[in-house]
Amino acid sequence: MRELSLHVLDIVQNSIAAGARTVDVTVSEDEASDLLTIEVVDDGAGIPPDILESVLDPFYTSRTTRKVGLGLPLFREAARTAGGDLIIESWPGRGTKVRATFRMSHIDRAPLGDMAETVAVLVVCNPDVRFRYRHTRGARAFFFDSEEFKQALGDIPPTAPALAGVVKNLIREGLDPVQRA
Amino acid sequence: MKTVEELERIRKQAQAMTRLREGKETTRIVVGMGTCGIAAGARETLSAIMDELAKRNIQDVVVTQTGCVGLCEQEPIVDVIKPGAAKVTYGKVTKEKARQIVASHIVNGQVVGEWVIASA
Ligand SMILES: Nc1ncnc2c1ncn2[C@@H]1O[C@H](COP(=O)(O)OP(=O)(O)OP(=O)(O)O)[C@@H](O)[C@H]1O
Ligand code: FES
Ligand SMILES: [Mg+2]
Repeated sequence: MRELSLHVLDIVQNSIAAGARTVDVTVSEDEASDLLTIEVVDDGAGIPPDILESVLDPFYTSRTTRKVGLGLPLFREAARTAGGDLIIESWPGRGTKVRATFRMSHIDRAPLGDMAETVAVLVVCNPDVRFRYRHTRGARAFFFDSEEFKQALGDIPPTAPALAGVVKNLIREGLDPVQRA
Repeated sequence: MKTVEELERIRKQAQAMTRLREGKETTRIVVGMGTCGIAAGARETLSAIMDELAKRNIQDVVVTQTGCVGLCEQEPIVDVIKPGAAKVTYGKVTKEKARQIVASHIVNGQVVGEWVIASA
């Protein structure tokens, strides 16, 4: 995938498939340690310990439409290519945490890409799931909570297509001062 | 703040739409969001659909996402489900095609036959 934000969208699909009600996405850029960390934490069904090992294997999937599961192996590949790695931890019945690290300055690191579009699509297409997005760069931070956003909506249906653009702008405007060098 | 004004505008539109469709069922557009769907551009496709609906002040269409449907070579895949009509599945829906599907199928009720890969 061209952008890390597309991997995030894909990894969150696993959380949604696992019945998560809340998904926390955290992106931390730390120039001092040259480390980019992306974390997706959900409160979905979790993964039984005996299969946790195999989920990073492309030939493991619980899906029935196709014989390979590519999401996690591809994200790990993107991390390893950029001098980082991916770890997955899971607590059956309580949730799952996926954390990928990247050397920020690594020449083969994919760009973070459009996180605003990733979050906007998730929020408007999954009105029953709460998404929290935290982005830090050094000491600066941005935080978005879909629940707070929905409270501001009043009687606007949370699936109104025009809201995707609103969420996107909200996040772009919030991220701008955080990401500006 | 810009967002507040934007929400106020959407609220007015949504209210007008709700009055209009009292009791009517809504149209659904479903975009496949499996790994290869996303790699093939499903996020941009979905975003373009939302944007085109917003530009046309259409609030009574629900856009949702689904997992992999097992047709990798046809990604991005988009289903249009109008109440009382058969589900129409489009394949290889780029963001440009997505906008045309909204204009033709959603607004004018004209299925774009050449991009249809299944209808049931
Ligand atoms: N957050 C999660 N909660 C519960 N199970 C998970 C989670 N993430 C991954 N899994 C399990 O790991 C498997 C592999 O995930 P992966 O994303 O690699 O492939 P996939 O989702 O099956 O298919 P693809 O991502 O290629 O569409 C899933 O099928 C699922 O069983
Ligand atoms: S993700 Fe490839 S067929 Fe759906
Ligand atoms: Mg997956």
